Amino acid sequence: MDELAARFPYFMIAILLAVGVWGMVGKRSLVKKLIGLNVLQSAIILFFINGSIRDGGTVPILFFGEHANAEEFVNPLPHVLMLTAIVVSVAVTAVALAFLTRIHREFGSVDEAEILSEMEQQA
Amino acid sequence: MIEASPLPAVAVAVPLLGAMLVAALGSKPNVRDGVSIALALATLGLVVSMLPGTKDGRIASATLLELAPGINIALRADAAGMLFATLASFLWVPTSVYSIGYMRGMEEQKQSRFFAAFALSIGAALGVALAANLLTFVLFYELLTLFTYPLVIHRESDEAVRAGRKYLLYTLGGGLALIAGTAWLALLGIDTTFSEGGVLGSLAGRDATVWALFMLLAGGVIVKAAVMPLHSWLPAAMVAPTPVSALLHAVAVVKAGVFGVVRVLIFVFGVDLLRDIGAWQVLAIGAAATVILASLLALRHDNLKRRLAYSTVSHLSYIVLGVALLGPLALTGALLHLIGHGVTKITLFFCAGAIHVRTHRENVSELDGIGKQMPVTMGAFALASLSMAGMPPFVLFASKWYLGAGAVDASATAFLFVYIVSGVLSAAYLFPTVVRAFWGSSPSFTWSGWPGEASPKMVVPLLLTGLLALFWGIVPDLPFSFLDLASQVANGAGGGG
Amino acid sequence: MAAQLPALIPVPLLVLSILAPAVGMWRQSLAFWLAVATIAFSTAMSGWALAHVIAHGPMTYALGGWEPPIGIEYVVDHVAAFVSLIVMGVALAVVVATRRMAEQEMQGRLGLYYSLVLLLLAGLTGMIVTADLFNLFVFLEISSLAGYALVFLGGRRGMLAGYRYLILGTLGGAFYLLGVAFLYFGTGTLNMGHTLEILSASEATTSIAAGAVFIFVGLGLKMALVPLHLWLPDAYTFSPSSVNTLIAPIMTKVGAYAMLRMFLSVFPEGYLIDEVPIGQALVVLGGIGVVFGAAAAFRQQDIRRLLAYSSVSQLAFIAIGIGLATPLGYVAALLHIMNHALMKGTLFLAVMAVRLQTGVSEVPALAGLGRRLPITAAAFTVGAIAMVGVPPTAGFFSKWYLSIAAVEQDLWVILAVVLVSSLLSAAYLFRVLERAYLAQAPDISHKAPETQRNKLPLLGVTWEPKADVLLPLVLVAAATIVLGVLNVAVVRHVLEPGT
Repeated sequence: MDELAARFPYFMIAILLAVGVWGMVGKRSLVKKLIGLNVLQSAIILFFINGSIRDGGTVPILFFGEHANAEEFVNPLPHVLMLTAIVVSVAVTAVALAFLTRIHREFGSVDEAEILSEMEQQA
Repeated sequence: MIEASPLPAVAVAVPLLGAMLVAALGSKPNVRDGVSIALALATLGLVVSMLPGTKDGRIASATLLELAPGINIALRADAAGMLFATLASFLWVPTSVYSIGYMRGMEEQKQSRFFAAFALSIGAALGVALAANLLTFVLFYELLTLFTYPLVIHRESDEAVRAGRKYLLYTLGGGLALIAGTAWLALLGIDTTFSEGGVLGSLAGRDATVWALFMLLAGGVIVKAAVMPLHSWLPAAMVAPTPVSALLHAVAVVKAGVFGVVRVLIFVFGVDLLRDIGAWQVLAIGAAATVILASLLALRHDNLKRRLAYSTVSHLSYIVLGVALLGPLALTGALLHLIGHGVTKITLFFCAGAIHVRTHRENVSELDGIGKQMPVTMGAFALASLSMAGMPPFVLFASKWYLGAGAVDASATAFLFVYIVSGVLSAAYLFPTVVRAFWGSSPSFTWSGWPGEASPKMVVPLLLTGLLALFWGIVPDLPFSFLDLASQVANGAGGGG
Repeated sequence: MAAQLPALIPVPLLVLSILAPAVGMWRQSLAFWLAVATIAFSTAMSGWALAHVIAHGPMTYALGGWEPPIGIEYVVDHVAAFVSLIVMGVALAVVVATRRMAEQEMQGRLGLYYSLVLLLLAGLTGMIVTADLFNLFVFLEISSLAGYALVFLGGRRGMLAGYRYLILGTLGGAFYLLGVAFLYFGTGTLNMGHTLEILSASEATTSIAAGAVFIFVGLGLKMALVPLHLWLPDAYTFSPSSVNTLIAPIMTKVGAYAMLRMFLSVFPEGYLIDEVPIGQALVVLGGIGVVFGAAAAFRQQDIRRLLAYSSVSQLAFIAIGIGLATPLGYVAALLHIMNHALMKGTLFLAVMAVRLQTGVSEVPALAGLGRRLPITAAAFTVGAIAMVGVPPTAGFFSKWYLSIAAVEQDLWVILAVVLVSSLLSAAYLFRVLERAYLAQAPDISHKAPETQRNKLPLLGVTWEPKADVLLPLVLVAAATIVLGVLNVAVVRHVLEPGT
């Protein structure tokens, strides 16, 4: 049971990943694809953070003069990486939303199938 | 003895670079055509200047840059190469003159493209002839495919385009097999510089590998040699203008394929290795079947150029068969046949073209009585027909004599009968044309009032080559020492016993 | 200054991409010159780096003075300098040649456009020089974001293509990042060299294997490996001509390069064959992709789409070379990265020139262009012949090395695929050539107004574009032949020491 509990975060992350991919690939609405993308990215961020946790570890802040023992801290590097990853993710989302507003203005819809059929009619 | 000399490279470069000049002179047809002939003469001069050295065993050789690690582009004027190079560059001269007459007579379009591609093709053919190793050979072999493509599709009709596709499919496909085989040899670390007796000695005993290589390399070259069942591009390519059919599809391209068979069988595999694994039998039987079948097919075609095309298919396989017999006599015969068939078949095509220019007729059945209108043309046609049938003292009699002797020598008498039967068939598909031309008359049609001979630009070349078919039957060594070179190759190849 | 070289390739591009919009607002035309100057500088730096590496061996550079494995490290070795020079060189030619096309297509947003171009190139060169797995992800996203935006500029159809590209591209990036996470937790480092050391010294584990698989899928998407190629045809077809001319030759190549990096510098030799069957997957999918891409190309009417599928086929070719995971395979893959960049550069530049002058890009409408645009058509022919792989053009030699590499491994099917692919290429490319040279088109309704006509020596009045387009086109086409002939020098001095 403990085993299972220890793995619980991984199951959750796996489920989030699956949801994200399903949203990106399986949904017709372009907005929902974007939401799927965000879910996926969150899952990866959680995965990194989860991996950095150490039992009994504390915030990795070193006070002047203190003796540093790596065993006592959670791993700070993944947090730093994820800050960057969040920035990337925000940038992608911003660009995607900008695209979406243009697409909506142009086609009056964010449904992939509708947009395609309208393009067919145009052509 | 190998002598470093720029000559082989220059001989190949002259037509290749000259082609650019020809293309650039498009707006001045007279200058352009003059340049074409000058190029042909210059190339012939360069090639012939290497002949004495080759005969004395001082082989001019040029090594250019490294093309793949350890493999250079290298050109070498050895006896076999010079044989083919001399033939191609010599026949280019009359063909240039003839082409000018033909193209103007037919008022063909895009003549600059035609003459430029023609020069490029000859350059590539010379590269094939003088290539000193397999990779260089492949390089020019592929270029030859590419440069002749614009000539095949020259008419730009749907039929021409279809023929062009077929041509590319077959010849590029053959080229790929060659490339694969060459790459494999490179991987095995074998230096493929052509050498008498072959270079694959280290593979003796590895029969499966040798067989696979044989399939790839021999398979690659017999496509251009039009051995059945890989022949059908050749009749299709007859849609090209007649000078193209004449020089390229009777001399340069198909002979590059046949010459490739010589290079691959004798100079890469070597006589001994092929005897050991018995691969020659497969090729010999395929070639023999082609000789007979193609002759029979030629009988069925009324269109003159098509008939000649099938005749070419048949005679190319004479040569392939001769090489496959692996004996010195047969090889001498094969190389002589390469020369003799070149000069004979080009005459026949020249005649077909002259008839076409004057009458726009292409079918044998429409030519009754034309001999009275075009006596010189049909006279040359008759000479060439006699040669094709192997009548003494024509050049193809001499080559067949050697071929037949070679078959007996190889204890493969069955192949002797192949040569005899096909000689009869050659007569059967060519003589009726001659007979009808001179003595036939059509009840519904008279030639009175039709123009006579074509322009001298066409008649002189065809008469020249027609007479050469006779002349070289009597003195094959004048002036280019063809028989001498052929026996030099054959004796060097080994396998005499 | 030589010590700073690794950073000098991507950083100016990145900095000036931020400056470009401001410059563009001030003077539209200045943005172009800014971009060209920056790209030329990076190209020169790449060339210098290559010379330096050949003479003195690989260079490393610790970003911000933080020594690896803590800090981010940039490494310029033979392979990196080589790919960087190719990418930047082709980019330079393309950016110069597409100036007027971009002016037409971007209508007053040139500052932004060139900013995106610089950002794209900054991302790509960053991916090439970085030796840090996470930094690679960041540069990957930078280049991709710029790529999405550039594709999106292509009108109505480009919008949807750009959006789809964004979704799939980000999916690829996310997979890559996930893979890096597994690798990081397995090894405790993000530095490539350090990862290599640790993986060499330790037993293979499932989590490392899982990481490798995710990285493979992520980069596979970026390099458009079948069946992850779905974004590519639309992105190439519906993006503006100035854009697809730029991204088609170089973008997927950098994805392929990153994949190669994994084999060369991240995973120990043989790891991606023996422990995780990624090499095998690359070979199999590559084999399928070569044939599929060529077959799909044959059916296309729009020439840009045709070339896009041809790219799918050619990238699969590179994938096979990488997947063989032998020195010869790597040489074949790298050589083809160069050759394909040059060949596709030539082809897309020629198509762009035709579009610039006449406005058409459908195969049937190309009829008779051989006469109207003789130089452009000749360049296209060179590119096409190189794609078919006729010696002595560059394409032949990648075929040559890959054939040898396949035979070496007794992979006869792959040999057959490699050879047959050139027949298929001939089939779809000669269809275009036939059209361009032969078809007698009675009334081609090309727009080509009087002002577009250009009188050239020897050729008379043509529809050829002016020298600013023709010159880069001819240079790239010539490079396909020259570098083909000189391939031994490239292989001996650059590729063999690098792999």
